[in-house]
Amino acid sequence: MQFMTILWQEYVLFKAKFWSITTGTMIAPVLYLIAFGWGLGSGMQVGGSSYIDFVIPGIIALTTMTVSFSTIANDINISRTYTMTFEEFMIAPVSMLVLALGKITAGALRGLYSAFIIILLAMIFRAGLQVDGYLLLLTTLNCLVFSALGFTAGLLIQSHGDMAKFNSFIITPMSFLCGTFFPLDRMPSGIKEFIWLLPLTHTTLALRDRGSDILSAFIHPVVLLLYLLIFLVVGVMICNRAE
Amino acid sequence: MLVFESLTKKYGAITAVDNLNLKIGRSEFFGLLGPNGAGKTTTIRMLSTLTTPSSGSIYIDGLKIDRNLTGIKARIGVVPQHMNLEGEMTAWQNLELHGRLYGLKKEARQQRIEELLEFTELSDRAHDLARKLSGGMKRKLMIARALMHRPEILLMDEPTVGLDAAVRRKMWDLMKGLNKNGLTVLLTTHYIEEAEILCGRVGLMNGGKLVELDTPDNLIAKTGRFVLEYFENGETRSRFFASRQDAIQSAAGMEGGVNIRPANLEDTFITLTNRKVGG
Repeated sequence: MQFMTILWQEYVLFKAKFWSITTGTMIAPVLYLIAFGWGLGSGMQVGGSSYIDFVIPGIIALTTMTVSFSTIANDINISRTYTMTFEEFMIAPVSMLVLALGKITAGALRGLYSAFIIILLAMIFRAGLQVDGYLLLLTTLNCLVFSALGFTAGLLIQSHGDMAKFNSFIITPMSFLCGTFFPLDRMPSGIKEFIWLLPLTHTTLALRDRGSDILSAFIHPVVLLLYLLIFLVVGVMICNRAE
Repeated sequence: MLVFESLTKKYGAITAVDNLNLKIGRSEFFGLLGPNGAGKTTTIRMLSTLTTPSSGSIYIDGLKIDRNLTGIKARIGVVPQHMNLEGEMTAWQNLELHGRLYGLKKEARQQRIEELLEFTELSDRAHDLARKLSGGMKRKLMIARALMHRPEILLMDEPTVGLDAAVRRKMWDLMKGLNKNGLTVLLTTHYIEEAEILCGRVGLMNGGKLVELDTPDNLIAKTGRFVLEYFENGETRSRFFASRQDAIQSAAGMEGGVNIRPANLEDTFITLTNRKVGG
């Protein structure tokens, strides 16, 4: 019941801000597609296919990451430190686990909405993108992982300024380094291994390889699932102590 | 029914609430008074599980309050000091959110929302966004929200702060009505007149400690029922007397203007908190 209530509230707010959310979500992917698809990538080939086909999975991965993360991190942070509306959930008879699951799912759904928009844009830009269950699974996992990270960050970080720093030091570097815009094998040894540890790398690689080998099919989703569990457990622990 | 047992909250070297021991009975209207930083809000926050005590406990009917004990939390309604309505949701939706969080079924929820909107005279603003309501309306909506799940205990942290005198008086009527219907109310306020009018018992807090605890009338009697005010060395001074006659006798030999009036809780509050602070 309470889990659904959290989603209901997010739906009410989403409905109220539908157009601003939709247009806001479209801007970054459209720019990426124009710059890297039509502009920079128009004459480029990567691995035997056009650059736009190569870059679309990366754009899905990074956009769903930023939307899921920032939706929930900003929502939690602002409602904790500015509007104080988060208190309504803290004093309600809702366990911290249900609260975390509700908020994380809400953030992930917003991420999935952004994925839907990118898929539509990819069709408009005539990019070769295969939409199937594997893409849906990986995208969902990616949304859940970064929504859970957003939940934890939103609870831990005490000001909007520090939230911007978190974005600058964690989210933005991942956006560019995790194989989103270029193949990872071009990175120098050492850095490549570090990038391999990051969750976004697993989403990008899995979306690009599409389960063509055992690593794509199982290892990447399992790594994302592990990240999700870690962020969820840490988030619930912090929620239990949050003041 | 509501028991605070050696309740302490420390923030580093600062002790916000210091070994608070207090019992509040069922259907009591209890006021916590104190200057800024006395520990009133921290006490309310610990009771509403927003803040975890450093030591000590709070019990409702013998059950210890904890953030994850959802059954206990459902027995409390909270009206915080700050406006924390969801501004992008309507008055109705704010109440609906609360009702859903507390597990009210659809029919019961809708009936309760209509009831409370009428009670708080907000029926005609039900579908306005909360951010568009006036300060007084927002306060009323916050009270309605806290009452949605029919709590046994209502915590109100400075509920009338920032409201004009007429709206404040309407709020008092509303609060009195709730208490008459059997609701236990714990109120913190800066308005001492408010505590005097509403509360059956009052606790005075200072520096995190409960320094006095009694009915407003008994607290006034402790310092003296009449106050003699006179001007000396550039400041207004007060002296307290058990009767008007004693005050008149004392004023007889004084030069300049004097004022004799019945003492109120504010006089008592200032005297007691200064005395305790100053030793």
